[in-house]
Amino acid sequence: MAASLQSAVFLSNRIDPHRRLFASPARSLPGTKGSILVVRSDGRISGRLSGRNLITNAVAVECCFTKADTPTSSTDSKPGHELLLFEALREGLEEEMDRDPRVCVMGEDVGHYGGSYKVTKGLAPKYGDLRVLDTPIAENSFTGMGIGAAMTGLRPVIEGMNMGFLLLAYNQISNNCGMLHYTSGGQFKIPVVIRGPGGVGRQLGAEHSQRLESYFQSIPGLQMVACSTPYNAKGLMKAAIRSDNPVVLFEHVLLYNLKERIPDEEYVLCLEEAEMVRPGEHVTILTYSRMRYHVMQAAKTLVNKGYDPEVIDIRSLKPFDLYTIGNSVKKTHRVLIVEECMRTGGIGSSLRAAIIDNFWDYLDAPIMCLSSQDVPTPYAGTLEEWTVVQPAQIVAAVEQLCQ
Amino acid sequence: MVLGRVFEDMCAQMYYRGKMFGFVHLYNGQEAVSTGFIKLLEARDSVVSTYCDHVHAVSKGVPPRAVMAELFGKATGCCRGQGGSMHMFSAQHNLLGGFTFIGEGIPVATGAAFSSKYCHEVLKESTPNRLDVTVAFFGDGTCNNGQFFECLNMAQLELWKLPIVFVVENNLWAIGMPHLRATSDPEIWKKGPAFGMPGVHVDGMDVLKVREVAIEAIARARRGEGPTLVECETYRFRGHSLADPDELRKPDEKASYAARDPITALRKYILDKELASAAELKIIEKKVDAVIEDTVEFADSSPLPPWSQLLENIFADPKGFGIGPDGKYRCEDPKFIEGTSLSLESCLPANHLHRCLIPSESSIRPNSIKVRHG
Repeated sequence: MAASLQSAVFLSNRIDPHRRLFASPARSLPGTKGSILVVRSDGRISGRLSGRNLITNAVAVECCFTKADTPTSSTDSKPGHELLLFEALREGLEEEMDRDPRVCVMGEDVGHYGGSYKVTKGLAPKYGDLRVLDTPIAENSFTGMGIGAAMTGLRPVIEGMNMGFLLLAYNQISNNCGMLHYTSGGQFKIPVVIRGPGGVGRQLGAEHSQRLESYFQSIPGLQMVACSTPYNAKGLMKAAIRSDNPVVLFEHVLLYNLKERIPDEEYVLCLEEAEMVRPGEHVTILTYSRMRYHVMQAAKTLVNKGYDPEVIDIRSLKPFDLYTIGNSVKKTHRVLIVEECMRTGGIGSSLRAAIIDNFWDYLDAPIMCLSSQDVPTPYAGTLEEWTVVQPAQIVAAVEQLCQ
Repeated sequence: MVLGRVFEDMCAQMYYRGKMFGFVHLYNGQEAVSTGFIKLLEARDSVVSTYCDHVHAVSKGVPPRAVMAELFGKATGCCRGQGGSMHMFSAQHNLLGGFTFIGEGIPVATGAAFSSKYCHEVLKESTPNRLDVTVAFFGDGTCNNGQFFECLNMAQLELWKLPIVFVVENNLWAIGMPHLRATSDPEIWKKGPAFGMPGVHVDGMDVLKVREVAIEAIARARRGEGPTLVECETYRFRGHSLADPDELRKPDEKASYAARDPITALRKYILDKELASAAELKIIEKKVDAVIEDTVEFADSSPLPPWSQLLENIFADPKGFGIGPDGKYRCEDPKFIEGTSLSLESCLPANHLHRCLIPSESSIRPNSIKVRHG
């Protein structure tokens, strides 16, 4: 698989004599010229920015990941190209549409308008109005239409302008998308990708701030993934399109403008694999989508305080990558789940159950789960901020867990 | 039509004898609509139906044996026993279902029609004037549902003009709700022109009239001229389902439609026009009876699905569940599997189990708990 990125994080070297602390140089790729960005938990930014665009308010923008199988040779020979997350999604989509003429897109404003988040910009002029289909505002029907098309040989990518709108399509998603393969005795497959932005944005109001991953997770036959960086957005989009299963790809409204350098060469990620964001020894923090950034921001503070959190972006919301998660639990024996969906019936509660069932003997402390408050997301900025998990809460939770 | 009628009557018998369970909706009286349309279709055309789909399935070519076995819940059913009465699917015969929620099949039919258009225009795979046609069947109750209107709108869009025929089987009753009480403008065929497509009303008790209309509607779709809405006035002789006491419908309404029984009408027509003799018709009926007898025998003697079938076919691509570096599925949740049917099954007494294969102890994953020291 192609080499991964090269943003390294340099941590301040406060060495606590009682705990071993690793400076991350060991984890950064040799020969990388990463910009050194340090986003402090109070929001101040320091370090060389090397001309990167930085979204300072919304999210902690440092992408820090290593991959276990990264070759140690320098990645400078293939510098890759920089793009924003929505462009990465488009690139993935375009590559798949070039590769297979049966891949088509349907949704509201995907064609002439280019997509309300510009994910499909430029595709309609290139592929035509039938392949990038502008639908009327009828979610249930055009989702059903996508399913019918998938049953008869096409591979549609159905866009919900906002994930919340797909509640209108729940009939089709549950009955036909999830269950039809089984109910027909395996005769028809539904290779659709249902995607769209969800999550709490910037004062968008309750109905545009929904997290549908918890609502969809019980549907049998549906596979769910959540992307969080341009690299994994493109890889997951391609994998989802190639998969014969119906896949729901959750994007986040606030992450569309994340910028990252991704490889030039083609790559496809594994849909069921979780991503090791930051290896560590003391506690396993499981997260996905936007909360990954809050966790990484909290990780800064935690490292300064002498903790060594292992951060895993679970990516695959259904099914869970219990292999990666299990290995982590076996190493650290403490788990914190940080998610954006509601506490009740959320991804965290299912994940907690799966970990307790399978890895009970490896746990040294109860699993903590930080979720959003069970409230309709209020409009007011302060209230909205308090509905989702903030880095300070994550820091406090880890401290409590590691006592 | 006769096959359909005898099949449905046999279903009723079998239901009351306890061979099939759940919801069973019978099509008696409406055979003219199914036969009138489906017999004109080619193998590559698709049919989408509702929960009242046995006769649509049989008309489209699904072997009656497979349909009956599905009703009995046997592994030899067209959906391996997993669909049941309301979910008849056949990929081979392009029967796209069998849908329980009314209206949810119409978008699927629209999608199939879209596929057909896509194949022609984008993939350049079919010849002009020879598009694959999709016929969507649904009832009068569905015509008050949003998905009906949304799909009528979409199918007729300027760019789309999908090769689909929307067939309304207006039998005047939903379950206990008559069409006239539920609908502000009861003339459903008029809703076609409201969306820019032709709307036709036809006597659904007369198979020849239905056929005439069907020929035109299907030809239109095939030529790429777009959708048609056909309202067939028909009637169901039995209740909504076998559990329906059918008390609300008045006897004289039932009698007036019984007098227009499509099979009787066609038989009379054939005899009057001397297209066949009474003896020849008798032979056909006997053949049908024999087919149905054979069907029931086949279904009865077929095996029930084994428990190993429970977890098959949930995903089309189970191997897509990434293999981890240790060579095993990375998402295996052994504790979950232990808590479900695989372990429950070993707790049931032997006579509750109908299966061909008994799992050995080792096939249920043992607990791999290592005790941590220190």
